Amino acid sequence: MTQYLFYPGCAMESSARAYAASLASVARTLDLDLAEVKDWNCCGATEYLGINLIPAYALIGRNLALAAQQAKQQNGSGAHTLVASCSACYLNLAKADHYMAERPVLGDRVNEALAVGGLGYKPGTLQIRHLLDVLINDIGISRIREKVTRPLHGLRVAPYLGCMVPRPDYDHRWSDHEQPDELDRVLRALGAEVIDFPLKSECCGGHMPQISPNTAFELIRRLLQGADQYKADLIVTVCPMCQMNLDAYQDETNRHFHTRYRLPTVFFTQVMGLAFGEDPGALGFGSEIVDARPALARIGTAPVAAEPSGAGPRAKAAGLPMPGRRPEERER
Amino acid sequence: MTATDVSPAEPNHNLRFLEEVSAATAGVSRLEMCIQCGTCGGSCPSADDMDHTPRMLFAMIRAGMRDEALRSNTPWICVSCYHCVVRCPQDVHIADVMYTLKSMAVRAKLYRDAKAPEFSQTFVDAIENYGRSFEFGLATRHYLRHFPLRLPGMAPMGLGLLTKQRMSMTPHRIDGIDQLKAILARAKELELTS
Repeated sequence: MTQYLFYPGCAMESSARAYAASLASVARTLDLDLAEVKDWNCCGATEYLGINLIPAYALIGRNLALAAQQAKQQNGSGAHTLVASCSACYLNLAKADHYMAERPVLGDRVNEALAVGGLGYKPGTLQIRHLLDVLINDIGISRIREKVTRPLHGLRVAPYLGCMVPRPDYDHRWSDHEQPDELDRVLRALGAEVIDFPLKSECCGGHMPQISPNTAFELIRRLLQGADQYKADLIVTVCPMCQMNLDAYQDETNRHFHTRYRLPTVFFTQVMGLAFGEDPGALGFGSEIVDARPALARIGTAPVAAEPSGAGPRAKAAGLPMPGRRPEERER
Repeated sequence: MTATDVSPAEPNHNLRFLEEVSAATAGVSRLEMCIQCGTCGGSCPSADDMDHTPRMLFAMIRAGMRDEALRSNTPWICVSCYHCVVRCPQDVHIADVMYTLKSMAVRAKLYRDAKAPEFSQTFVDAIENYGRSFEFGLATRHYLRHFPLRLPGMAPMGLGLLTKQRMSMTPHRIDGIDQLKAILARAKELELTS
């Protein structure tokens, strides 16, 4: 069995505890051996890069150096793959590895700083991969399907990957930069009904609820509207930031736009665990702000007619037949 | 036309601003390769709220409009979604250039809205002290200072996060915090820009 080095990231211990709990359960079921990088530090998210360049990369570099050191100590297990579950962490680790090689002056300076702490990292030593990539390409869809004991029939899910996993994709690991189908395939293997969700790699707003709330609310609204239009019961994501924005800021977004969306957002490992027969409580269900229970109650029921709510004949307004009026405006 | 041809009496000292921005960017920025096609702005989910589209901003940088470029809210509204990056026909590292412009604006104190730089700085302070992010401290400090009026509406959500144990009220400090501090202190001396 291949052992992977695992970088959880700060969110897994706080806002995304449901992700951590469900990942632990799913990893057990699938025999996925994740060895946590010892004494890892924060990746800096999208904040440090906008303040200082070399310190931001040195911060990420410490994690890469610790992981590479641990891989060397565990020689024989063949672990040289560093897996991240959080999209921002995944991108930052991959970015540092990539740019330290692309721009030697950056690599040299980061290593000069790391040397003060007795560390160093040679770019390319580790393969940086996202959890979903490992699940689909190493474990494989067929093994995931084999483990399903409670198929998620009747549950309509919106596969939401967010932006930082399929892009910029330095190592060309994803099926598409804008419409990747990896998450769709996993969810389909679980028996869920996967809606066509063209917004699957659109941005959730990132830190914008704290910087420019109106910008964030608009990005969140687009996603909720898209998922709602296709009658999704549940939005399924791979990213702690996306989960936080869609879940915790859904109320504020509704107030801002006078909408009434109630779309629970959970992590893909949570629905995997559910399909593997695990108890919802052990998978972190209940920690979402927008309650997922009504959606989970649909499991085992007949599927909803697949017609999207916005697809009726367009009201013929005067003038040219332009698309564009928002459905919630049309309803009023 | 050379720099001095523009205005011999008052040469624009910022005509090399493009090189400066490019050199201060993490990878090979390729900013010089921008052909002003506008694919970036057309791909941007938050362009509506920007003072300048990325294309305009890059033209301003090329024109040596240093202060105007660093005052633009565009880099602060960029959500780092990398849509423009994967679509750019010239492979310009647009998102990374935005990070560079933010750090330059912070250093020159030219940003107009303090929310974003202060948020980043508060986030970074926690990392430099603990080695981990500290959401509770960040959220309370940031919202009290910048969004006090949003607090009543957000209280149920905040309380939900606390009771559901999705936000810890105490920070977690890594074991190697002294090592990390030493690394970061040295890294600051090695910054690519002065």
